[in-house]
Amino acid sequence: MSTAPTPEERDRSWSLLMSAAQSGDRRAYERLLREVTPFIRALVRRHCSNHADIEEMVQDTLLTVHRVRQTYDPRRPFSPWLAAIAARRSIDALRRRLRVSRHEAPEAGVYETFTDAAANNDLEAVRSAEEVGQLLQRLPARQRQALQALKLQELSLAEAAAASGQSVAALKVNAHRALKALRSLFAPRTP
Amino acid sequence: MDTDRLIETLSSGLQPVRPLRAPMIRALLWLAAVGALSTALILRFADLAVFWQRVSVPRTAIECIGAALTAVTAVIGAFEMSVPGRSARWGWLPMPPFLLWLAASGAGCLANGLSLYGADGFIGESGSCFVFIAAVSVPLSLGLFWMLRRARPIAPAPVATLGTLGAAASAAFILQFFHPFDVTVIDLTLHLAAVALVMLIGGLARRPLLAAA
Repeated sequence: MSTAPTPEERDRSWSLLMSAAQSGDRRAYERLLREVTPFIRALVRRHCSNHADIEEMVQDTLLTVHRVRQTYDPRRPFSPWLAAIAARRSIDALRRRLRVSRHEAPEAGVYETFTDAAANNDLEAVRSAEEVGQLLQRLPARQRQALQALKLQELSLAEAAAASGQSVAALKVNAHRALKALRSLFAPRTP
Repeated sequence: MDTDRLIETLSSGLQPVRPLRAPMIRALLWLAAVGALSTALILRFADLAVFWQRVSVPRTAIECIGAALTAVTAVIGAFEMSVPGRSARWGWLPMPPFLLWLAASGAGCLANGLSLYGADGFIGESGSCFVFIAAVSVPLSLGLFWMLRRARPIAPAPVATLGTLGAAASAAFILQFFHPFDVTVIDLTLHLAAVALVMLIGGLARRPLLAAA
């Protein structure tokens, strides 16, 4: 009969898997990430109860683990290293949410369109996708990258972060700035 | 993307990485490099006779030791805190030597009767001290950040603060070899202003400079 591993045994196993991952062993890395995900989820739940937010924090933690995997020292326990990353990313997400909620409020009418064509002048001011493409070229590279990934290609935050090498936080900030910049570029066209 | 797909994406694109050396070793490497470079410059340009005469006064010797220990502990703290999972207490390590440095410098001002004027007037040579600390701190900070950014710190603010404090304190310690007069209030204020300026710049540019994760 097999018994559940003790926290020490589990930590030793994760440490060995991470050490193998640092050497480029993809199977060990995949196994490690799958095994640590419930552990990260449990840590993140201490900071947040919303399911969607929890998954975002878990994914952000996994992405950060990937980015900083060279900092893990195989002679030291693995769990404190991982827990520090999960805690940091949870706090970052909570701060971000607090910042956004201070400055932004949902507006129901923002997506409303009107049957009277004349009422949709703002939208019609942008005449073609080509025109939007030209305006996008005027944005800084990182902002353009964030906007294209999140809004045009409709990638998730995690996908966009993995593809672009930007953190989830940076992507959100850059996408927000890009929209703001685009708005000011569109502004001169509106009557 | 769900978490399972993210794991597949990350593991399928995995590249081998070389684990970083222990933070303490990396900190000592930086300190050794700066120590070797500054020793060469001091031996070439400083008036060591004046320096030995100044540090024969215990207060000045304590001031020098305080600055040197602040530099060493702040740099060690920065490297330790650049890696996830290290104790936040590393961040407080430079505090005792920093207070010692401040107290010894303050005692110097008191010994000078809190005079606002040095031998060369109100600002006098103190302006050169400001420029020296700021100018020497910049290349030291850049070298330090270049080493620290390999860790891609997840919390860059304390790393940048400690790193720039370490670089500025190193510059202030090196300055002691080219500082042939006692500290005045203006002198101390400008020394601290230079340290604060370097820390402010490092703090503002921390994310790009440290490639924060």
